[in-house]
Amino acid sequence: MERWTIEDVAQNPERRQLAAELLWQLADDDLLMGFRDQEWLGLAPHIEEDVAFGSIGQEEIGHAALYFGILERLGFGTADDLASLRSVSERRNSVLIEQPNGPGHYLESPRYEWAWTIVRHYLHDVWEMALLTALTGSVFEPLGDAAEKILREKRYHLAHQELWMRTMAGHDADSRVRLEDAWRRAQDWAGDLADLGPYSSALESAGLCPGVDSVVRHYHERVAEMARVLGLPEMRMQTRENGRRGEHTEALQQALDTLSEVYRLDPTANW
Amino acid sequence: MLEETLTDQEAYFLERVDRGDRIEADDWMPEDYRQQLVRLIAMHAVSEIMGALPEKEWVPRAPTLYRKLAITAKVQDEVGHGQLLIRVAEDLMRPWGKNREDIMDDLFTGRLKYHNVFHMATPTWADAGVIGWLVDGAAVITQGMSLSCSYAPYARALQRIVEEEGFHIQHGESICMALAEGTPMQRAMLQDALNRWWPALLMFFGPPEKNQLSTHQLRNIRYRIRSKTNEELRQRFFSKYVHRIWSLGLTIPDPTLYQDPVTKEWTYAQPDWEEFRQIVNNRGPRSEARLGLRSTTYQEGEWVRRTIALSPTAG
Repeated sequence: MERWTIEDVAQNPERRQLAAELLWQLADDDLLMGFRDQEWLGLAPHIEEDVAFGSIGQEEIGHAALYFGILERLGFGTADDLASLRSVSERRNSVLIEQPNGPGHYLESPRYEWAWTIVRHYLHDVWEMALLTALTGSVFEPLGDAAEKILREKRYHLAHQELWMRTMAGHDADSRVRLEDAWRRAQDWAGDLADLGPYSSALESAGLCPGVDSVVRHYHERVAEMARVLGLPEMRMQTRENGRRGEHTEALQQALDTLSEVYRLDPTANW
Repeated sequence: MLEETLTDQEAYFLERVDRGDRIEADDWMPEDYRQQLVRLIAMHAVSEIMGALPEKEWVPRAPTLYRKLAITAKVQDEVGHGQLLIRVAEDLMRPWGKNREDIMDDLFTGRLKYHNVFHMATPTWADAGVIGWLVDGAAVITQGMSLSCSYAPYARALQRIVEEEGFHIQHGESICMALAEGTPMQRAMLQDALNRWWPALLMFFGPPEKNQLSTHQLRNIRYRIRSKTNEELRQRFFSKYVHRIWSLGLTIPDPTLYQDPVTKEWTYAQPDWEEFRQIVNNRGPRSEARLGLRSTTYQEGEWVRRTIALSPTAG
């Protein structure tokens, strides 16, 4: 099979543009997911969980750094500039991922919602697992290698969220109501998650993302299976804004202001 | 426990301590020893848990991807230390019918104190650097002393904690070095943070004893729970860090700081010990806000703890 190196892609404007369309989605999803996880650090409902969730958040940021690193090597600018300085309309993360963990700011009276946090993370993990599995066969070698590496950690993230889903579903009326409520709310934000955006068919025909349709189908099947096992309603995913097309909610601007606050003091400085 | 009126059991226990034996959780121990350990270890545990919060303020705001990764790992380690220690304390409290919920309740009601440094404000990124470098540096000096503690489970937890703190010091020092070698704005940010933290760092070790050891200290030394005085530990901190701070081109905000070339003893301006007492009694600059943050989210998570404690399907 033909495999493209960084140079093969960097020197071919069409390939470079197409690879970037996919990488923005991966990098932005993981950066924002890691950011939302970081907001929980020190505040999780249970100390053992705080340790576990802290690791997951750290790994999400690590994955984002890997993707931004590939974009840097393709000549889009430094990974830190890409993570911190791009505007809202340039971001390609799903709007589901940018939503806050709950009411309140992480520094003051956060009333974060655990069931919502887990359901949202679960959907992100199912999608990323499905996508990365396909990307191990990507024609773009650095992306295939990154997918192999990240999948090893992703499996544990998904197992972690699935355990919480089963626990909440099976415990008592209170935890079940919270889970069902979070599940219903997530369907109103998740419409753009399993969407590769306007370049979907081009990504497939170029071999950057093999089998787009089966990735999407696999995601929906896995979510539907979870709903069936836990007795949750079928999830009808929709969304007003589509993050894959650069459409976002106000929550993203607030998140970006926070995550880039120090870096923007002087982006040319060594931090 | 007065040594002239010891029972055989108590005498045997002290003999074990004297010959350097390590006491395990299930061994018989005098109630007084158990109380001293719980007092120390529960305080250490909640200091790790509350101690995550000042730096955590900078976790989502860390400037670069690399710093974001490193500080997330660092603060997660601190939470992990809290977990390790709260379990050591729980084992000791079991005969009293108490557990970690009692520790958290004692924290929220103010019966259990946490370290003075974690009541302080962290207004800039440089504060995250100074905490990692110098607060953790101070902590390693104190905890290093307790590695030889007579209570084995605490000594084992500390062994791991001190190893991880070694990385934290490097992490904090690396943030501080980048700022010290950076732009005038970055250097000013670092100097400001040092000025803010210096008195709190001196207070970290507790008031100097002036040959007057407290009852708690005497007991802890007798039980080989601790082996050094506050002032001995503070002197070690000066010897280890003052020259390093100067080598970054920083000014220590104490013109009287001086090391005697012969005795090697440091003289320094005393911090305001009345202020220290106010701070540790939850009247510090950020005491109320951080306790409020921790207790609000603890209450919000109550249903989650109930779910995992009783769930028939978990696991």
